[in-house]
Amino acid sequence: MTQTILIDPVTRIEGHAKITIHLNDAGEVEDAHFHVTQVRGFEKFVEGRPFHEMPALMSRICGICPVSHLIASAKACDALLAVSIPPAAANLRRILNLAQIAQSHALSFFYLSAPDLLLGMDADPAQRNLFGIAQTAPQLARDGVRLRQMGQQIIELLSGKRIHPGWVVPGGVNQALTEEKRDAILAVLSEGIGIVQRTMLWFRGILKQYESEIQAFSALHTLFMGLVGPDGTLEMYDGRVRIADANKYIIADGLAPEDLNTTIGEAVEPWSYLKSPYYKPLGYPSGMYRVGPLARLNIVRSCGTPHADEELGFFRTLDHHSSFHYHYARLIEILYCFEKINQLLHTPTILSEHVRAFAAPNNHEGIGVSEAPRGTLMHHYIIDDDGLIVRANLVIATGHNNMAMDRSVYQVARRYVRGAELQEGMLNRVEAVIRTFDPCLSCSTHAVGQMPLHVQLVAPDGSVVDEIKR
Amino acid sequence: MSRVATLKINGQDVSGREDETILEVARENGIPIPTLCQIEGLSNVGACRLCLVEVTGISKLLPACTTRVAEGMEVRTESDRLTHYRRMAVEMLFAEGNHICSVCVSNGHCELQGMAVALGIDHIHLPYLAPRRGVDASHERFTFDANRCILCTRCVRVCDEIEGAHTWDVMGRGVGSVVITDLNERWGDSPTCTSCGKCVQTCPTGALFIKGSAVGEMTKRNTFLTYIAQMRGNLK
Repeated sequence: MTQTILIDPVTRIEGHAKITIHLNDAGEVEDAHFHVTQVRGFEKFVEGRPFHEMPALMSRICGICPVSHLIASAKACDALLAVSIPPAAANLRRILNLAQIAQSHALSFFYLSAPDLLLGMDADPAQRNLFGIAQTAPQLARDGVRLRQMGQQIIELLSGKRIHPGWVVPGGVNQALTEEKRDAILAVLSEGIGIVQRTMLWFRGILKQYESEIQAFSALHTLFMGLVGPDGTLEMYDGRVRIADANKYIIADGLAPEDLNTTIGEAVEPWSYLKSPYYKPLGYPSGMYRVGPLARLNIVRSCGTPHADEELGFFRTLDHHSSFHYHYARLIEILYCFEKINQLLHTPTILSEHVRAFAAPNNHEGIGVSEAPRGTLMHHYIIDDDGLIVRANLVIATGHNNMAMDRSVYQVARRYVRGAELQEGMLNRVEAVIRTFDPCLSCSTHAVGQMPLHVQLVAPDGSVVDEIKR
Repeated sequence: MSRVATLKINGQDVSGREDETILEVARENGIPIPTLCQIEGLSNVGACRLCLVEVTGISKLLPACTTRVAEGMEVRTESDRLTHYRRMAVEMLFAEGNHICSVCVSNGHCELQGMAVALGIDHIHLPYLAPRRGVDASHERFTFDANRCILCTRCVRVCDEIEGAHTWDVMGRGVGSVVITDLNERWGDSPTCTSCGKCVQTCPTGALFIKGSAVGEMTKRNTFLTYIAQMRGNLK
């Protein structure tokens, strides 16, 4: 008798998703899928809007990573204007993006995944959340909150608003950085670096406890994609797209935004509202790739900042296939973000008053590409002669990872789930592999381990064979 | 020379010329009355119904901007009933168009938004009509977004009375009314528009804005109106 296990909703992720696990007659996992269950419609309802509104409109996609959409959208608009934005504006946007990545990574690691890592995959679900961490390791909880606060404060200092700032505009930013604000940002950076280093030390110590998960999460071999700087270093704002194979050999490099239409295809599967992008030369579904912290660190030559590069050395001793190491990569990137912000704030032109380029639209088509916390983010707009949006296409970071997440769910389910003896911890591991990708499926955080998880084993005749609730 | 009338506003003894409106006399005496369609320097049309006041002896509410003062009149500008109707009027404006403040060019500088804040409106209790309205971005310098238009007709009046171009007018009736340029042509094709921008600067919302404005960047400067009107002797 075949059965289906349904995990709905998947908790401690951003947005709404469910997982189905299909068992065969012997109670073994036959297949599993990751479903994104909501549609947002942004690409459709922006049609007809003036393109200058796009950054603000698009940032409303998410409350966690509004900055990421703001940046990619503004870059697409820069391409429509066909301008080179002033260097100070580019660096200010770059700092904003780094602060965003740092706070989002802190959310993912400390709030969403640390409950599994600190308390164990089989811990009582009632405890397996940020409050459980606050009880068991209060400093870790405080560190998570503080890191997120720092990222948000930097965003506020730069843009005047923690969430959905209107500061980033087509052509640059609408206000220069003051000396006072620069110094306020500089003042918090070293504390941030200290917190991340302390967390890494702790995390390294517990990696051994998760050998089974590390192995199970590494069964998937995919390509890796991300932006790199001109010298192959880690780059979050500009740069060109690089794609490496499962063994980290570079198979495509120096791709400009306009090359991506011919490089990346988008498949649609009936089980999910999320598109499944793939690397066109390898076809679908062989062209499956991963983006985000793990992919970025797998493709770069170096981070370009001293502490992060030191940690990159250790990271390279880990199994680069394993999605479990998204966690460690995320911590390295937070370190990188704070170090890089420090470097950028010391560039001589950072306080320049010239932060915006003005132009009428000069192109009908513009593509903006930047790195969001979860990976490469692409905004592609087409406008009419009046500057109104005719078509918008977004390839979001989580979308790139869709196929990899879907297949990871299958592999982890196959490794841990046995239909005959269903236990909550097994299913939590299936969710945990999703959390390594830190998917941002739609908007803001809806749950910190508090949402109900309802798993039913349903027989083909519809009768419920087994049930777990939390 | 008009005669002087003495009257009471909110129990306070005030006086004004008989050719003055309740709104003018109230403002001369520092008594605030909310308005949206009214702007100093242009004629009054009483379209927005926010300046409604109670006058003793008259059961219906009267718009202060178009009602002249009279000897012995007793006017109340604040009451629960007035607040109720003013809130309803603003809620209806929100429900009738597509006003998404968070992504609007006028966010933070919008008279409609400011009025909602002043009246303590944090929810719209009426169902949104969500009409399908377009954006005319054909003009080289300005954009008209009909979604944000509240039909105050300030643009129509300033274009006619101050600029003398009469490019703008109103088409249709009731809820289907819409402001148009010339004979409902694209603004960019208008032979009468002088591109002076007075309509943009007097528009109370983000319906008319300077092209290229991003969210919250459109601030309106309309002090020129009083100046021009005074110079021409349009203001009393």
